[in-house]
Amino acid sequence: MTTAEQAAPRTANGRVASPARRKASAPADAALLLIGACFLLPLLWLVFASLDTNAGYQTRLPANASLTNFAAVLTPELLLRPLWNSVLLSGGTATVTLAAAVLAAYPLSRFQSRFNRPFLYSILCGTCLPITAIMVPVYGLFVQWRLLDSMPSTVLFMAATALPMAIWMTKNFMDTVPVALEEAAWMDGASGLTALRSVVLPLMRQGLGVVFIFVFIQTWGNFFVPFILLLSPSKQPASVSIFSFFGQHGAIAYGQLAAFSILYSVPVLVLYVLVARGAGVSFALSGAVRG
Amino acid sequence: MGARKSVRQQLRLLPVVPSVLLLLLFLAAPVVWSFHASFTNAALTGQNARNPAWTGVDNYARLLTDSAFPASVVLTVVFVVASAIVGQNLLGLLIAGLMTRARKPVSAVVGTVVVAAWVLPEIVAAFAAYAYFSKDGTLNQLLAGAGWAGADWLYAFPMVAVVLANIWRGTAFSMLVYRAALADVPQDISEAALMDGASGRQRLVFITLPLIRSSIATNLMLVTLQTLAVFTLIWVMTAGGPSNTSTTLPVLAYQEAFKFGDIGYGTAIASVLIVLGLVFGIAYVRLLKGDNR
Repeated sequence: MTTAEQAAPRTANGRVASPARRKASAPADAALLLIGACFLLPLLWLVFASLDTNAGYQTRLPANASLTNFAAVLTPELLLRPLWNSVLLSGGTATVTLAAAVLAAYPLSRFQSRFNRPFLYSILCGTCLPITAIMVPVYGLFVQWRLLDSMPSTVLFMAATALPMAIWMTKNFMDTVPVALEEAAWMDGASGLTALRSVVLPLMRQGLGVVFIFVFIQTWGNFFVPFILLLSPSKQPASVSIFSFFGQHGAIAYGQLAAFSILYSVPVLVLYVLVARGAGVSFALSGAVRG
Repeated sequence: MGARKSVRQQLRLLPVVPSVLLLLLFLAAPVVWSFHASFTNAALTGQNARNPAWTGVDNYARLLTDSAFPASVVLTVVFVVASAIVGQNLLGLLIAGLMTRARKPVSAVVGTVVVAAWVLPEIVAAFAAYAYFSKDGTLNQLLAGAGWAGADWLYAFPMVAVVLANIWRGTAFSMLVYRAALADVPQDISEAALMDGASGRQRLVFITLPLIRSSIATNLMLVTLQTLAVFTLIWVMTAGGPSNTSTTLPVLAYQEAFKFGDIGYGTAIASVLIVLGLVFGIAYVRLLKGDNR
Protein backbone atom coordinates (compact mmCIF):
# COMPACT_ATOMS: atom_id res chain seq x y z
CA MET A 1 0.00 0.00 0.00
CA THR A 2 2.59 2.52 1.11
CA THR A 3 5.11 1.50 -1.47
CA ALA A 4 2.50 1.83 -4.17
CA GLU A 5 1.62 5.32 -3.00
CA GLN A 6 5.24 6.39 -2.86
CA ALA A 7 6.04 5.02 -6.22
CA ALA A 8 2.97 6.27 -8.03
CA PRO A 9 3.82 9.99 -8.35
CA ARG A 10 7.33 9.22 -9.51
CA THR A 11 5.93 7.07 -12.23
CA ALA A 12 3.48 9.74 -13.25
CA ASN A 13 6.28 12.28 -13.68
CA GLY A 14 8.99 9.99 -14.93
CA ARG A 15 8.50 7.01 -17.17
CA VAL A 16 5.00 7.75 -18.27
CA ALA A 17 3.47 4.62 -19.65
CA SER A 18 4.89 4.30 -23.11
CA PRO A 19 2.40 2.71 -25.44
CA ALA A 20 5.31 1.12 -27.27
CA ARG A 21 5.92 -1.33 -24.44
CA ARG A 22 5.55 -4.34 -26.64
CA LYS A 23 7.98 -3.00 -29.18
CA ALA A 24 11.50 -4.35 -28.96
CA SER A 25 13.78 -2.36 -26.71
CA ALA A 26 17.48 -1.88 -27.28
CA PRO A 27 18.53 -2.25 -23.60
CA ALA A 28 16.81 -5.62 -23.44
CA ASP A 29 18.63 -6.71 -26.60
CA ALA A 30 21.97 -5.59 -25.21
CA ALA A 31 21.42 -7.27 -21.85
CA LEU A 32 20.39 -10.52 -23.50
CA LEU A 33 23.37 -10.50 -25.84
CA LEU A 34 25.71 -9.96 -22.89
CA ILE A 35 24.19 -12.91 -21.02
CA GLY A 36 24.34 -14.97 -24.19
CA ALA A 37 28.04 -14.18 -24.61
CA CYS A 38 28.74 -15.39 -21.07
CA PHE A 39 26.96 -18.65 -21.84
CA LEU A 40 28.75 -19.03 -25.15
CA LEU A 41 32.33 -18.61 -23.89
CA PRO A 42 32.82 -22.05 -22.31
CA LEU A 43 31.38 -23.67 -25.43
CA LEU A 44 33.67 -21.72 -27.70
CA TRP A 45 36.68 -23.45 -26.18
CA LEU A 46 35.29 -26.83 -27.25
CA VAL A 47 34.92 -25.76 -30.86
CA PHE A 48 38.28 -24.01 -31.17
CA ALA A 49 40.23 -26.72 -29.34
CA SER A 50 38.72 -29.44 -31.51
CA LEU A 51 40.18 -27.75 -34.61
CA ASP A 52 43.55 -27.04 -33.04
CA THR A 53 46.22 -29.74 -32.92
CA ASN A 54 48.16 -27.85 -30.22
CA ALA A 55 45.16 -27.04 -28.08
CA GLY A 56 45.48 -26.26 -24.38
CA TYR A 57 42.95 -24.82 -21.96
CA GLN A 58 43.18 -21.41 -23.55
CA THR A 59 40.47 -20.26 -25.90
CA ARG A 60 42.16 -19.07 -29.06
CA LEU A 61 41.59 -19.28 -32.75
CA PRO A 62 43.58 -22.27 -34.02
CA ALA A 63 46.79 -21.18 -35.76
CA ASN A 64 46.15 -23.61 -38.57
CA ALA A 65 42.72 -25.11 -38.24
CA SER A 66 42.43 -28.71 -39.32
CA LEU A 67 40.31 -31.77 -38.78
CA THR A 68 43.33 -33.73 -37.56
CA ASN A 69 41.82 -34.22 -34.10
CA PHE A 70 38.61 -35.58 -35.56
CA ALA A 71 40.57 -37.95 -37.77
CA ALA A 72 42.64 -39.07 -34.78
CA VAL A 73 39.63 -40.06 -32.66
CA LEU A 74 37.75 -41.64 -35.54
CA THR A 75 38.83 -45.20 -34.75
CA PRO A 76 36.70 -48.17 -33.72
CA GLU A 77 38.44 -48.35 -30.33
CA LEU A 78 38.17 -44.69 -29.40
CA LEU A 79 34.94 -43.55 -30.97
CA LEU A 80 32.79 -46.08 -32.75
CA ARG A 81 32.44 -48.76 -30.10
CA PRO A 82 31.68 -46.33 -27.26
CA LEU A 83 29.16 -44.54 -29.45
CA TRP A 84 27.57 -47.85 -30.42
CA ASN A 85 27.35 -48.75 -26.74
CA SER A 86 25.69 -45.40 -26.11
CA VAL A 87 23.19 -46.14 -28.89
CA LEU A 88 22.41 -49.56 -27.39
CA LEU A 89 22.07 -48.16 -23.90
CA SER A 90 19.97 -45.13 -24.84
CA GLY A 91 17.90 -46.85 -27.51
CA GLY A 92 17.25 -49.82 -25.24
CA THR A 93 16.35 -47.64 -22.29
CA ALA A 94 14.05 -45.40 -24.34
CA THR A 95 12.30 -48.41 -25.90
CA VAL A 96 11.74 -50.23 -22.61
CA THR A 97 10.62 -47.02 -20.92
CA LEU A 98 8.21 -46.06 -23.66
CA ALA A 99 6.68 -49.54 -23.87
CA ALA A 100 6.15 -49.76 -20.11
CA ALA A 101 4.92 -46.16 -19.93
CA VAL A 102 2.34 -46.60 -22.72
CA LEU A 103 0.98 -49.77 -21.14
CA ALA A 104 0.76 -48.14 -17.73
CA ALA A 105 -0.66 -44.87 -19.00
CA TYR A 106 -3.55 -46.50 -20.86
CA PRO A 107 -5.62 -47.74 -17.90
CA LEU A 108 -4.57 -44.70 -15.87
CA SER A 109 -5.87 -42.39 -18.55
CA ARG A 110 -8.98 -44.34 -19.57
CA PHE A 111 -10.45 -46.08 -16.54
CA GLN A 112 -11.45 -44.57 -13.25
CA SER A 113 -10.04 -46.55 -10.36
CA ARG A 114 -9.26 -46.00 -6.73
CA PHE A 115 -5.75 -47.08 -7.58
CA ASN A 116 -5.07 -44.23 -10.07
CA ARG A 117 -4.49 -41.21 -7.88
CA PRO A 118 -2.31 -42.83 -5.21
CA PHE A 119 -0.26 -44.52 -7.95
CA LEU A 120 0.24 -41.33 -9.95
CA TYR A 121 1.19 -39.32 -6.92
CA SER A 122 3.65 -41.88 -5.60
CA ILE A 123 5.18 -41.95 -9.07
CA LEU A 124 5.48 -38.19 -8.99
CA CYS A 125 7.23 -38.58 -5.67
CA GLY A 126 9.53 -41.07 -7.39
CA THR A 127 10.61 -38.44 -9.91
CA CYS A 128 12.03 -36.56 -6.95
CA LEU A 129 14.35 -39.37 -5.87
CA PRO A 130 17.93 -38.14 -6.30
CA ILE A 131 19.37 -40.81 -8.59
CA THR A 132 22.97 -40.01 -7.69
CA ALA A 133 22.05 -40.72 -4.07
CA ILE A 134 20.76 -44.21 -4.79
CA MET A 135 23.79 -45.27 -6.84
CA VAL A 136 25.65 -46.53 -3.76
CA PRO A 137 22.77 -48.84 -2.72
CA VAL A 138 22.14 -49.82 -6.35
CA TYR A 139 25.76 -50.90 -6.65
CA GLY A 140 25.45 -52.93 -3.46
CA LEU A 141 22.26 -54.55 -4.66
CA PHE A 142 23.66 -55.30 -8.12
CA VAL A 143 26.65 -57.02 -6.50
CA GLN A 144 24.28 -59.28 -4.54
CA TRP A 145 22.05 -59.99 -7.54
CA ARG A 146 25.13 -60.51 -9.77
CA LEU A 147 23.90 -57.92 -12.25
CA LEU A 148 27.04 -55.77 -12.38
CA ASP A 149 28.68 -55.12 -15.73
CA SER A 150 25.62 -56.25 -17.65
CA MET A 151 24.14 -54.15 -20.41
CA PRO A 152 20.54 -55.45 -20.09
CA SER A 153 20.37 -54.87 -16.35
CA THR A 154 21.82 -51.37 -16.75
CA VAL A 155 19.15 -50.70 -19.38
CA LEU A 156 16.43 -51.93 -17.03
CA PHE A 157 17.73 -49.79 -14.19
CA MET A 158 17.92 -46.68 -16.35
CA ALA A 159 14.44 -47.40 -17.68
CA ALA A 160 13.15 -47.58 -14.11
CA THR A 161 14.72 -44.21 -13.28
CA ALA A 162 13.18 -42.61 -16.38
CA LEU A 163 9.81 -44.32 -15.95
CA PRO A 164 8.09 -42.03 -13.42
CA MET A 165 8.48 -38.96 -15.61
CA ALA A 166 7.68 -40.96 -18.75
CA ILE A 167 4.44 -42.39 -17.34
CA TRP A 168 3.40 -38.96 -16.19
CA MET A 169 4.12 -37.39 -19.59
CA THR A 170 2.54 -40.23 -21.57
CA LYS A 171 -0.61 -40.09 -19.49
CA ASN A 172 -0.90 -36.34 -20.01
CA PHE A 173 -0.49 -36.78 -23.76
CA MET A 174 -2.99 -39.64 -23.80
CA ASP A 175 -5.54 -37.57 -21.91
CA THR A 176 -5.66 -35.19 -24.87
CA VAL A 177 -6.83 -37.95 -27.25
CA PRO A 178 -10.67 -37.95 -27.23
CA VAL A 179 -12.25 -41.14 -25.89
CA ALA A 180 -15.02 -40.98 -28.48
CA LEU A 181 -12.74 -42.34 -31.20
CA GLU A 182 -11.91 -45.41 -29.14
CA GLU A 183 -15.52 -46.01 -28.28
CA ALA A 184 -16.19 -46.33 -31.98
CA ALA A 185 -13.47 -48.97 -32.16
CA TRP A 186 -14.96 -50.77 -29.15
CA MET A 187 -18.33 -50.80 -30.90
CA ASP A 188 -16.65 -52.55 -33.80
CA GLY A 189 -15.54 -55.20 -31.34
CA ALA A 190 -11.93 -54.13 -30.80
CA SER A 191 -10.47 -54.94 -27.37
CA GLY A 192 -8.92 -52.27 -25.20
CA LEU A 193 -5.37 -52.99 -26.29
CA THR A 194 -6.32 -53.18 -29.97
CA ALA A 195 -8.00 -49.80 -29.68
CA LEU A 196 -4.87 -48.51 -27.98
CA ARG A 197 -2.66 -49.76 -30.81
CA SER A 198 -4.80 -48.83 -33.77
CA VAL A 199 -6.51 -45.64 -32.58
CA VAL A 200 -4.81 -43.98 -29.64
CA LEU A 201 -1.11 -44.47 -30.37
CA PRO A 202 -1.22 -43.16 -33.96
CA LEU A 203 -3.02 -40.05 -32.71
CA MET A 204 -0.41 -39.35 -30.06
CA ARG A 205 2.71 -40.26 -32.00
CA GLN A 206 4.09 -36.77 -31.60
CA GLY A 207 3.82 -37.08 -27.85
CA LEU A 208 5.36 -40.55 -27.96
CA GLY A 209 8.23 -39.15 -30.00
CA VAL A 210 8.79 -36.49 -27.38
CA VAL A 211 8.88 -39.05 -24.57
CA PHE A 212 11.23 -41.36 -26.50
CA ILE A 213 13.65 -38.56 -27.38
CA PHE A 214 13.42 -37.13 -23.87
CA VAL A 215 14.50 -40.47 -22.35
CA PHE A 216 17.08 -41.05 -25.09
CA ILE A 217 18.78 -37.68 -24.51
CA GLN A 218 18.74 -38.19 -20.77
CA THR A 219 20.33 -41.64 -21.02
CA TRP A 220 22.82 -40.59 -23.70
CA GLY A 221 24.18 -37.85 -21.47
CA ASN A 222 24.19 -39.87 -18.27
CA PHE A 223 27.67 -40.45 -16.91
CA PHE A 224 27.25 -41.62 -13.34
CA VAL A 225 25.03 -44.67 -13.85
CA PRO A 226 27.13 -46.48 -16.50
CA PHE A 227 30.28 -45.34 -14.67
CA ILE A 228 29.15 -47.29 -11.61
CA LEU A 229 27.38 -50.24 -13.22
CA LEU A 230 29.44 -51.07 -16.34
CA LEU A 231 32.99 -52.09 -15.56
CA SER A 232 34.56 -53.57 -18.68
CA PRO A 233 35.76 -51.00 -21.23
CA SER A 234 34.18 -52.96 -24.07
CA LYS A 235 30.72 -52.20 -22.66
CA GLN A 236 31.24 -48.61 -21.62
CA PRO A 237 29.36 -45.87 -23.45
CA ALA A 238 30.96 -42.67 -24.73
CA SER A 239 30.14 -40.75 -21.53
CA VAL A 240 32.51 -43.03 -19.59
CA SER A 241 35.11 -43.86 -22.24
CA ILE A 242 35.78 -40.13 -22.66
CA PHE A 243 37.91 -40.44 -19.55
CA SER A 244 40.57 -42.26 -21.54
CA PHE A 245 41.60 -38.85 -22.89
CA PHE A 246 41.95 -37.51 -19.42
CA GLY A 247 45.22 -37.93 -17.65
CA GLN A 248 45.66 -41.64 -18.19
CA HIS A 249 49.10 -41.23 -19.70
CA GLY A 250 49.84 -38.01 -17.87
CA ALA A 251 49.51 -35.77 -20.91
CA ILE A 252 45.99 -34.78 -21.88
CA ALA A 253 45.11 -34.64 -25.55
CA TYR A 254 42.96 -31.52 -25.28
CA GLY A 255 42.24 -31.26 -28.98
CA GLN A 256 41.17 -34.88 -29.26
CA LEU A 257 39.11 -34.62 -26.08
CA ALA A 258 37.27 -31.65 -27.58
CA ALA A 259 36.80 -33.36 -30.94
CA PHE A 260 35.44 -36.48 -29.25
CA SER A 261 33.13 -34.35 -27.07
CA ILE A 262 31.67 -32.69 -30.14
CA LEU A 263 31.12 -35.94 -32.04
CA TYR A 264 29.51 -37.41 -28.93
CA SER A 265 27.28 -34.37 -28.37
CA VAL A 266 26.00 -33.93 -31.92
CA PRO A 267 23.33 -36.66 -31.79
CA VAL A 268 21.57 -35.19 -28.74
CA LEU A 269 21.79 -31.67 -30.13
CA VAL A 270 20.12 -32.89 -33.34
CA LEU A 271 17.44 -34.77 -31.42
CA TYR A 272 16.75 -31.75 -29.25
CA VAL A 273 16.34 -29.50 -32.28
CA LEU A 274 14.00 -32.10 -33.76
CA VAL A 275 11.75 -31.96 -30.69
CA ALA A 276 11.98 -28.18 -30.35
CA ARG A 277 11.17 -27.61 -34.03
CA GLY A 278 8.58 -30.30 -34.42
CA ALA A 279 6.61 -30.13 -31.24
CA GLY A 280 7.79 -27.03 -29.44
CA VAL A 281 9.58 -27.09 -26.13
CA SER A 282 6.59 -25.72 -24.26
CA PHE A 283 4.63 -28.66 -25.65
CA ALA A 284 7.22 -31.04 -24.23
CA LEU A 285 7.31 -29.18 -20.94
CA SER A 286 3.54 -29.16 -20.72
CA GLY A 287 3.70 -32.93 -20.70
CA ALA A 288 6.38 -32.92 -18.06
CA VAL A 289 5.61 -30.15 -15.64
CA ARG A 290 1.85 -29.84 -15.49
CA GLY A 291 -0.06 -32.08 -13.14
CA MET B 1 -21.93 -60.40 -10.50
CA GLY B 2 -20.29 -57.79 -8.28
CA ALA B 3 -17.27 -60.00 -7.77
CA ARG B 4 -16.94 -60.59 -11.51
CA LYS B 5 -17.12 -56.89 -12.12
CA SER B 6 -14.35 -56.16 -9.67
CA VAL B 7 -12.20 -58.92 -11.19
CA ARG B 8 -12.71 -57.34 -14.59
CA GLN B 9 -11.78 -53.97 -13.18
CA GLN B 10 -8.62 -55.40 -11.76
CA LEU B 11 -7.77 -57.07 -15.05
CA ARG B 12 -7.92 -53.67 -16.65
CA LEU B 13 -4.98 -52.66 -14.47
CA LEU B 14 -2.88 -55.54 -15.80
CA PRO B 15 -0.90 -53.35 -18.26
CA VAL B 16 0.43 -51.37 -15.30
CA VAL B 17 2.23 -54.46 -13.97
CA PRO B 18 5.49 -54.16 -16.01
CA SER B 19 5.97 -50.59 -14.81
CA VAL B 20 5.21 -51.52 -11.22
CA LEU B 21 7.70 -54.40 -11.37
CA LEU B 22 10.44 -52.20 -12.83
CA LEU B 23 9.83 -49.50 -10.23
CA LEU B 24 9.75 -51.96 -7.34
CA LEU B 25 12.87 -53.86 -8.42
CA PHE B 26 15.07 -50.98 -9.43
CA LEU B 27 13.88 -47.97 -7.45
CA ALA B 28 12.06 -49.17 -4.35
CA ALA B 29 14.41 -52.06 -3.62
CA PRO B 30 17.58 -49.91 -3.66
CA VAL B 31 15.88 -47.43 -1.32
CA VAL B 32 14.93 -50.19 1.11
CA TRP B 33 18.35 -51.80 0.76
CA SER B 34 20.00 -48.45 1.41
CA PHE B 35 18.25 -48.09 4.77
CA HIS B 36 19.06 -51.69 5.63
CA ALA B 37 22.76 -51.47 4.66
CA SER B 38 23.17 -48.22 6.53
CA PHE B 39 22.74 -50.22 9.77
CA THR B 40 25.56 -52.63 8.86
CA ASN B 41 29.29 -52.48 8.29
CA ALA B 42 28.96 -53.63 4.66
CA ALA B 43 32.19 -53.07 2.74
CA LEU B 44 33.23 -52.94 -0.89
CA THR B 45 35.72 -55.81 -0.58
CA GLY B 46 36.96 -58.33 1.96
CA GLN B 47 35.27 -60.11 4.85
CA ASN B 48 32.62 -57.47 5.48
CA ALA B 49 31.58 -57.50 1.84
CA ARG B 50 30.46 -61.13 2.10
CA ASN B 51 29.09 -61.14 5.63
CA PRO B 52 28.24 -57.66 6.78
CA ALA B 53 27.43 -57.45 10.49
CA TRP B 54 24.57 -55.51 12.01
CA THR B 55 26.04 -52.44 13.71
CA GLY B 56 22.88 -50.60 14.71
CA VAL B 57 23.01 -46.85 14.49
CA ASP B 58 26.83 -46.72 14.47
CA ASN B 59 26.97 -45.24 10.97
CA TYR B 60 24.49 -42.52 11.87
CA ALA B 61 26.34 -41.77 15.10
CA ARG B 62 29.50 -41.44 13.02
CA LEU B 63 27.74 -38.95 10.72
CA LEU B 64 27.37 -36.63 13.68
CA THR B 65 30.92 -37.00 14.97
CA ASP B 66 32.71 -37.13 11.62
CA SER B 67 33.57 -33.54 10.78
CA ALA B 68 33.30 -34.24 7.05
CA PHE B 69 29.53 -34.76 7.19
CA PRO B 70 28.35 -31.47 8.78
CA ALA B 71 30.79 -29.61 6.52
CA SER B 72 29.35 -31.42 3.54
CA VAL B 73 25.77 -30.57 4.57
CA VAL B 74 26.73 -26.89 4.74
CA LEU B 75 28.42 -27.07 1.31
CA THR B 76 25.36 -28.80 -0.16
CA VAL B 77 23.06 -26.10 1.20
CA VAL B 78 25.37 -23.39 -0.15
CA PHE B 79 25.53 -25.13 -3.52
CA VAL B 80 21.75 -25.53 -3.80
CA VAL B 81 20.86 -22.06 -2.54
CA ALA B 82 23.51 -20.18 -4.52
CA SER B 83 23.37 -22.06 -7.80
CA ALA B 84 19.74 -23.21 -8.01
CA ILE B 85 17.43 -21.09 -5.85
CA VAL B 86 19.25 -17.81 -6.46
CA GLY B 87 21.35 -18.34 -9.58
CA GLN B 88 19.38 -20.49 -12.01
CA ASN B 89 15.99 -19.34 -10.80
CA LEU B 90 16.59 -15.57 -10.90
CA LEU B 91 18.75 -15.64 -14.02
CA GLY B 92 16.17 -17.81 -15.77
CA LEU B 93 13.40 -15.38 -14.83
CA LEU B 94 15.54 -12.44 -15.94
CA ILE B 95 16.32 -14.00 -19.33
CA ALA B 96 12.69 -14.96 -19.89
CA GLY B 97 11.59 -11.44 -18.93
CA LEU B 98 14.14 -9.82 -21.24
CA MET B 99 13.01 -12.09 -24.03
CA THR B 100 9.50 -10.66 -23.92
CA ARG B 101 10.98 -7.26 -24.78
CA ALA B 102 13.94 -8.07 -26.99
CA ARG B 103 13.89 -8.51 -30.74
CA LYS B 104 12.89 -11.96 -31.87
CA PRO B 105 16.15 -13.01 -33.56
CA VAL B 106 18.11 -11.91 -30.49
CA SER B 107 15.89 -14.00 -28.20
CA ALA B 108 16.20 -16.96 -30.53
CA VAL B 109 20.00 -16.85 -30.70
CA VAL B 110 20.51 -16.29 -26.96
CA GLY B 111 17.90 -18.94 -26.14
CA THR B 112 19.76 -21.44 -28.30
CA VAL B 113 23.09 -20.73 -26.61
CA VAL B 114 21.60 -21.02 -23.10
CA VAL B 115 19.82 -24.26 -24.00
CA ALA B 116 22.96 -25.68 -25.64
CA ALA B 117 24.77 -25.67 -22.29
CA TRP B 118 21.85 -27.63 -20.84
CA VAL B 119 21.35 -30.18 -23.62
CA LEU B 120 25.03 -31.13 -23.85
CA PRO B 121 25.90 -34.42 -22.15
CA GLU B 122 26.82 -33.67 -18.54
CA ILE B 123 30.36 -34.96 -18.89
CA VAL B 124 31.04 -32.66 -21.85
CA ALA B 125 29.57 -29.68 -20.01
CA ALA B 126 31.75 -30.58 -17.03
CA PHE B 127 34.92 -30.68 -19.16
CA ALA B 128 34.04 -27.37 -20.79
CA ALA B 129 33.52 -25.81 -17.36
CA TYR B 130 36.78 -27.36 -16.12
CA ALA B 131 38.67 -25.84 -19.04
CA TYR B 132 36.96 -22.48 -18.53
CA PHE B 133 37.89 -22.21 -14.85
CA SER B 134 41.31 -23.87 -14.97
CA LYS B 135 44.43 -21.86 -14.22
CA ASP B 136 45.23 -21.01 -17.81
CA GLY B 137 41.63 -21.18 -18.94
CA THR B 138 39.31 -18.75 -20.64
CA LEU B 139 38.18 -16.92 -17.50
CA ASN B 140 41.72 -15.96 -16.52
CA GLN B 141 42.41 -14.99 -20.13
CA LEU B 142 39.48 -12.57 -19.98
CA LEU B 143 40.55 -11.18 -16.62
CA ALA B 144 44.10 -10.71 -17.86
CA GLY B 145 42.70 -8.87 -20.89
CA ALA B 146 40.93 -6.49 -18.50
CA GLY B 147 44.15 -6.04 -16.53
CA TRP B 148 43.20 -8.16 -13.51
CA ALA B 149 45.27 -10.94 -12.11
CA GLY B 150 43.34 -14.19 -12.29
CA ALA B 151 43.30 -16.95 -9.74
CA ASP B 152 43.55 -20.70 -9.73
CA TRP B 153 39.77 -20.91 -9.37
CA LEU B 154 39.42 -24.66 -9.00
CA TYR B 155 41.88 -24.73 -6.10
CA ALA B 156 41.49 -21.33 -4.47
CA PHE B 157 37.72 -20.91 -4.87
CA PRO B 158 36.31 -24.35 -5.77
CA MET B 159 32.78 -23.58 -4.54
CA VAL B 160 32.60 -20.37 -6.55
CA ALA B 161 33.67 -22.27 -9.64
CA VAL B 162 31.19 -25.14 -9.26
CA VAL B 163 28.33 -22.79 -8.35
CA LEU B 164 28.95 -20.64 -11.44
CA ALA B 165 29.35 -23.73 -13.60
CA ASN B 166 26.06 -25.15 -12.35
CA ILE B 167 24.28 -21.85 -13.06
CA TRP B 168 25.70 -21.95 -16.58
CA ARG B 169 24.67 -25.54 -17.01
CA GLY B 170 21.16 -25.44 -15.55
CA THR B 171 19.63 -22.00 -16.13
CA ALA B 172 18.00 -23.14 -19.38
CA PHE B 173 15.44 -25.20 -17.47
CA SER B 174 14.20 -22.22 -15.43
CA MET B 175 14.29 -20.06 -18.55
CA LEU B 176 12.03 -22.48 -20.44
CA VAL B 177 9.61 -22.80 -17.52
CA TYR B 178 9.37 -19.02 -17.12
CA ARG B 179 9.05 -18.38 -20.84
CA ALA B 180 6.05 -20.67 -20.94
CA ALA B 181 4.63 -19.05 -17.79
CA LEU B 182 5.10 -15.49 -19.03
CA ALA B 183 3.51 -16.35 -22.36
CA ASP B 184 0.39 -17.39 -20.42
CA VAL B 185 0.09 -14.05 -18.58
CA PRO B 186 -2.84 -12.25 -20.20
CA GLN B 187 -1.64 -9.07 -21.91
CA ASP B 188 -4.73 -7.02 -21.04
CA ILE B 189 -4.19 -7.21 -17.28
CA SER B 190 -0.68 -5.88 -17.61
CA GLU B 191 -1.85 -3.23 -20.06
CA ALA B 192 -4.64 -2.10 -17.74
CA ALA B 193 -2.07 -1.62 -14.99
CA LEU B 194 0.08 0.29 -17.44
CA MET B 195 -2.85 2.63 -18.13
CA ASP B 196 -3.24 3.17 -14.40
CA GLY B 197 0.35 4.35 -14.33
CA ALA B 198 2.03 1.33 -12.75
CA SER B 199 5.80 1.28 -13.23
CA GLY B 200 7.62 -1.68 -14.70
CA ARG B 201 8.69 -2.84 -11.28
CA GLN B 202 5.19 -2.47 -9.86
CA ARG B 203 3.74 -4.47 -12.71
CA LEU B 204 6.33 -7.16 -12.06
CA VAL B 205 5.78 -7.33 -8.29
CA PHE B 206 2.00 -6.87 -8.12
CA ILE B 207 0.82 -8.46 -11.37
CA THR B 208 3.26 -10.72 -13.17
CA LEU B 209 4.86 -12.51 -10.21
CA PRO B 210 1.53 -13.32 -8.47
CA LEU B 211 0.16 -14.63 -11.75
CA ILE B 212 3.07 -17.01 -12.31
CA ARG B 213 3.53 -18.00 -8.66
CA SER B 214 2.65 -21.64 -9.22
CA SER B 215 5.30 -21.85 -11.95
CA ILE B 216 7.79 -20.27 -9.57
CA ALA B 217 6.99 -22.80 -6.84
CA THR B 218 7.20 -25.74 -9.27
CA ASN B 219 10.43 -24.47 -10.73
CA LEU B 220 12.05 -23.87 -7.33
CA MET B 221 11.16 -27.39 -6.27
CA LEU B 222 12.50 -29.02 -9.42
CA VAL B 223 15.76 -27.07 -9.66
CA THR B 224 16.42 -27.74 -5.98
CA LEU B 225 16.01 -31.47 -6.53
CA GLN B 226 18.12 -31.47 -9.69
CA THR B 227 20.89 -29.52 -7.98
CA LEU B 228 20.78 -31.67 -4.87
CA ALA B 229 21.69 -34.62 -7.08
CA VAL B 230 24.51 -32.98 -9.05
CA PHE B 231 27.55 -35.24 -9.03
CA THR B 232 29.35 -35.27 -12.38
CA LEU B 233 29.96 -31.54 -12.64
CA ILE B 234 31.60 -31.35 -9.23
CA TRP B 235 33.44 -34.62 -9.57
CA VAL B 236 35.06 -33.62 -12.87
CA MET B 237 35.85 -30.05 -11.87
CA THR B 238 37.24 -30.50 -8.36
CA ALA B 239 36.57 -34.12 -7.32
CA GLY B 240 35.28 -32.58 -4.07
CA GLY B 241 38.65 -31.09 -3.24
CA PRO B 242 40.94 -29.55 -2.40
CA SER B 243 40.67 -31.24 1.02
CA ASN B 244 36.88 -31.62 0.89
CA THR B 245 36.13 -27.93 0.37
CA SER B 246 33.66 -28.72 -2.40
CA THR B 247 32.40 -32.13 -1.26
CA THR B 248 28.61 -32.02 -1.46
CA LEU B 249 26.60 -34.97 -0.13
CA PRO B 250 26.47 -37.03 -3.36
CA VAL B 251 30.25 -36.68 -3.74
CA LEU B 252 30.78 -37.61 -0.08
CA ALA B 253 28.58 -40.70 -0.40
CA TYR B 254 30.54 -41.76 -3.48
CA GLN B 255 33.90 -41.21 -1.80
CA GLU B 256 33.01 -43.11 1.37
CA ALA B 257 31.52 -46.03 -0.54
CA PHE B 258 33.92 -46.42 -3.45
CA LYS B 259 37.14 -44.66 -2.48
CA PHE B 260 37.25 -45.85 1.13
CA GLY B 261 35.19 -48.98 0.48
CA ASP B 262 32.75 -48.34 3.31
CA ILE B 263 29.39 -49.22 1.76
CA GLY B 264 27.62 -49.09 5.13
CA TYR B 265 28.69 -45.51 5.82
CA GLY B 266 28.13 -44.53 2.18
CA THR B 267 24.56 -45.82 2.29
CA ALA B 268 23.94 -43.90 5.53
CA ILE B 269 24.80 -40.69 3.68
CA ALA B 270 22.75 -41.85 0.69
CA SER B 271 19.81 -42.54 3.00
CA VAL B 272 19.96 -39.00 4.33
CA LEU B 273 19.84 -37.73 0.74
CA ILE B 274 16.95 -40.06 -0.12
CA VAL B 275 14.94 -38.79 2.84
CA LEU B 276 15.68 -35.21 1.76
CA GLY B 277 14.51 -36.04 -1.76
CA LEU B 278 11.33 -37.67 -0.48
CA VAL B 279 10.52 -34.70 1.76
CA PHE B 280 10.82 -32.41 -1.26
CA GLY B 281 8.87 -34.92 -3.35
CA ILE B 282 5.95 -34.95 -0.93
CA ALA B 283 5.99 -31.15 -0.75
CA TYR B 284 5.97 -31.04 -4.56
CA VAL B 285 3.01 -33.42 -4.80
CA ARG B 286 1.06 -31.35 -2.27
CA LEU B 287 1.83 -28.25 -4.28
CA LEU B 288 0.49 -29.77 -7.49
CA LYS B 289 -2.55 -31.21 -5.73
CA GLY B 290 -3.35 -27.75 -4.35
CA ASP B 291 -2.98 -26.38 -7.87
CA ASN B 292 -5.41 -28.80 -9.41
CA ARG B 293 -8.14 -28.13 -6.92
